Amino acid sequence: MFDEPLIFERGSPGRVGWPVRAAAGAGVADLPADLRREDELAGMPEVSELEVLRHFLRLSQWNYSAATTLYPLGSCTMKYNPVVNEELARLPGFAALHPLVPEALAQGALELLAALEAGLAAVSGLDAVCLQPAAGAHGELLGMLLVRAYHADRGQARRRVLIPASAHGTNPASATLCGYEVTEVAVDARGLLTAAAVAAAMDESVAALMITNPNTLGLFEREIDGITAAVHTQGGLVYLDGANLNAIMGIAKPADMGVDVMQFNLHKTFSTPHGGGGPGAGPVAVRAALADYLPVPRLVRGDGVLKWTDDAPKSVGRLRAFSGNFGVLVRAYAYLARLGGPGLAEATRFAVLNANYLRARLSGTYHLPYDTPSLHECVFSDGCLQDYDVHTLDVAKRLLDYGFYAPTIYFPLVVKGALMIEPTETETKETLDRFADAMLAIAEEARTDPARVREAPHSTRLARLDETRAARRPVLRWWPERPSNPGGSA
Amino acid sequence: MSGYSPHTARDIAAMLEAIGVGSIDDLFADVPARLRARAAIALPEGMTEPELRRHLGALAARNADAAGAAVFLGAGAYPHWVPAVVDQILLRSEFATAYTPYQPEVSQGTLQATFEFQTFSALLLGLEVASASLYDGASATAEAVLMARRLRPGRRVVWLARALHPHYRATVATYLRGLGGVEVREVPFGADGRTDLGALRAGLGGDTLCLVLGYPNVFGVVEHVALFADAVRAVGALTITATPEALALALVRSPGASGVDIAVAEGQSFGLPLSYGGPGVGLFATRERFVRSMPGRLVGETVDARGRRGYVLTLATREQHIRRERATSNICTNQALCALAVTVYLSLLGRHGLASLARANYRAAHAAAARLEAAGVPARFAGPFFNEFVVRAPAAARAWEAAAQAGVVAGFPLGRWYPELEGSLVLCVTETHTPEQVDRLIGVLAAPAPAARAAGG
Repeated sequence: MFDEPLIFERGSPGRVGWPVRAAAGAGVADLPADLRREDELAGMPEVSELEVLRHFLRLSQWNYSAATTLYPLGSCTMKYNPVVNEELARLPGFAALHPLVPEALAQGALELLAALEAGLAAVSGLDAVCLQPAAGAHGELLGMLLVRAYHADRGQARRRVLIPASAHGTNPASATLCGYEVTEVAVDARGLLTAAAVAAAMDESVAALMITNPNTLGLFEREIDGITAAVHTQGGLVYLDGANLNAIMGIAKPADMGVDVMQFNLHKTFSTPHGGGGPGAGPVAVRAALADYLPVPRLVRGDGVLKWTDDAPKSVGRLRAFSGNFGVLVRAYAYLARLGGPGLAEATRFAVLNANYLRARLSGTYHLPYDTPSLHECVFSDGCLQDYDVHTLDVAKRLLDYGFYAPTIYFPLVVKGALMIEPTETETKETLDRFADAMLAIAEEARTDPARVREAPHSTRLARLDETRAARRPVLRWWPERPSNPGGSA
Repeated sequence: MSGYSPHTARDIAAMLEAIGVGSIDDLFADVPARLRARAAIALPEGMTEPELRRHLGALAARNADAAGAAVFLGAGAYPHWVPAVVDQILLRSEFATAYTPYQPEVSQGTLQATFEFQTFSALLLGLEVASASLYDGASATAEAVLMARRLRPGRRVVWLARALHPHYRATVATYLRGLGGVEVREVPFGADGRTDLGALRAGLGGDTLCLVLGYPNVFGVVEHVALFADAVRAVGALTITATPEALALALVRSPGASGVDIAVAEGQSFGLPLSYGGPGVGLFATRERFVRSMPGRLVGETVDARGRRGYVLTLATREQHIRRERATSNICTNQALCALAVTVYLSLLGRHGLASLARANYRAAHAAAARLEAAGVPARFAGPFFNEFVVRAPAAARAWEAAAQAGVVAGFPLGRWYPELEGSLVLCVTETHTPEQVDRLIGVLAAPAPAARAAGG
């Protein structure tokens, strides 16, 4: 009853799920034979509409999600995704709008985009915003391209980017994609980057520092003023990975910290659904000195009308088709308008309160590798459980039995066996208490019945999955002629 | 105040006491006072839900949705009906509000659906393996070129067909900006709207890295890909096709069967609304031997501790969170929910629905082209096409905006992208267009003079 075969393993030859009216125009000549599809779509499903509905409803029931349970995935800001925003993004005037209609027929959409640009500028304190990037890493890539263009325009071929050891993996990957060499900067015993360490790594070959603030340990970089000054003194730029913006709205503006360019993760801070891994949106904001290099098309206002223009000779170009993940941008704007300036600041305050409450409840039991005050998330380790041969992965899996999704694990890399917990502001104290109780119970189980923790999860549809086997002998699709079913179930 | 934070005064007091601080402000003690003093966000108070509905409703009402006007635009985004079941599934919070399936035991829904998406992508593109999605067709094309560069180190010439969608060409150029040692060259198109094979042949050599063709190209023309792939293979380079209108794949020879090494497509046609150009989803497929050079996430089949079939993220050592600066791509968040839409859509239409729909599009566009021809609006190109085609109609191209405001968006004026095609329009006709709308289109294109006057000449 709990099995659900692949959609390709269902159905019966000849069955049609969604009938299409037969085409008129029988007199039209077919494509030449050598251009025609060769396989009559063999292998594609032949299933009914109800079979499809049941199939995907069943699959949905196998997911934990932020709407069904606390989803304390650190660095991902799994806050409530307001239901009303789903309706708003589906208004025909937004959903059925073709991206190439003349701007006169899209003024409502363009006004929304302009208002979102202005809102993100207000939150960051920066001067110009581009909404084109499809996700955070896409925004990082744009940020690095802007940095490169800025230096090139000044006749400088700087080749290095500084990145703290605690950074997201996307940071070094984005810098490399832009042709930069990555120099890692260590964090100190408090988990913080120091101005001295940055100054020591800086010279005129450094194009930028990529920093996350608060960093991935949830700690505010206290020396941020000295850090950004050390970069600027040598002519470098400061890039902020905005993944943790939920911790500082109304508390500190990136522009005031000395940030020159940053990306927002609207699917994190601005509540758009994470979608099982996307779509997101990763707008980029910059200081005026970098605005000339922003992508095309650009939104400009003239005679009271908004228009797109490609007239930007110093632009780095475009990063995708059309102008952005508009449907995601509508949801983010709705969130921004619903909360307003005071509401965003309040969200930050409660996010930080919630994380600190969990930290207080867990810190007597779980090892806290850095006891520096933290903001919207806290990072523990499995150091206290080693004696029982219980590890971070086991705690994560056991949490699933208690009905919670797991924190981010084994990240940041500067903490061995990290458990990175971010509850967000939309959880109640009662839910946080239940989660803390579960974490404490698991620590107790590790002592009294470690095997139970090591063999978790016990209550999920599937037991622990063999990831090594998946990588050693990759099966990445279903095949019409060679159905593979190693488990022999279904 | 916002309605989304649940904290009561009593909750706050109890939590502060447990933490051991006197106020929420105390939690921000590490933030320099200089920063805090300037941090107020200059945005108005928030709205209630009814106010929000009114505000966004008013903005939406200022846009022309395809239902009201007769819009014959394709050129990278395509109007198709979306079965009700697709959106019903996308609204399931279990799918919509999960994230990357890091804990597979409680993410089998997302993982199995993604495995199915990979299968659909591979089947349609006629290749062996496919990824869990990239951002869109254009960025997937750029990632394909970067992958080709990893597979053919030392070669430096990337050939892009001029008839490849200009947004795709521009995106490739942007992705290559920071990387040295690569030169982009353009293959012209011929009088029939197909890419000029002879011109490409003359330029191919031992330094060729890859060729990228639009399939169909931006004029809607179906390229004879196999001839290009043969020529490119002969110099040891790779052929990439990019398909902005994925529905065409149900009718045309698959990229894999045509000898293509990496095939990408924009999946928006399969169950996603136009949504002003995003989010869409990038399909990406290649040959099995190249799998370890692929960008982005992959889901693989495995078993659980009790031997039952299940799915996990796999081959992650290619990816940024493990490999950092040596990753095959920087992509992390992709377009998972859009990939789910594609999966549900293709499941519903299935083998027969998809074939019928592609045929219906082909015939609707060809019938409209024939009627236009009869009305004195000639096709610009003779090459075979799917559901888009180019007409020469200089007066209508000049009056394009005026006609649009009068309720007919007569395709896209190609002169904005191709100066040499000034006066031509690329039109898209799909199953969504009614005979009455086609009549209006013909009216505008065949007799554009009044609209031209309305536009002020």
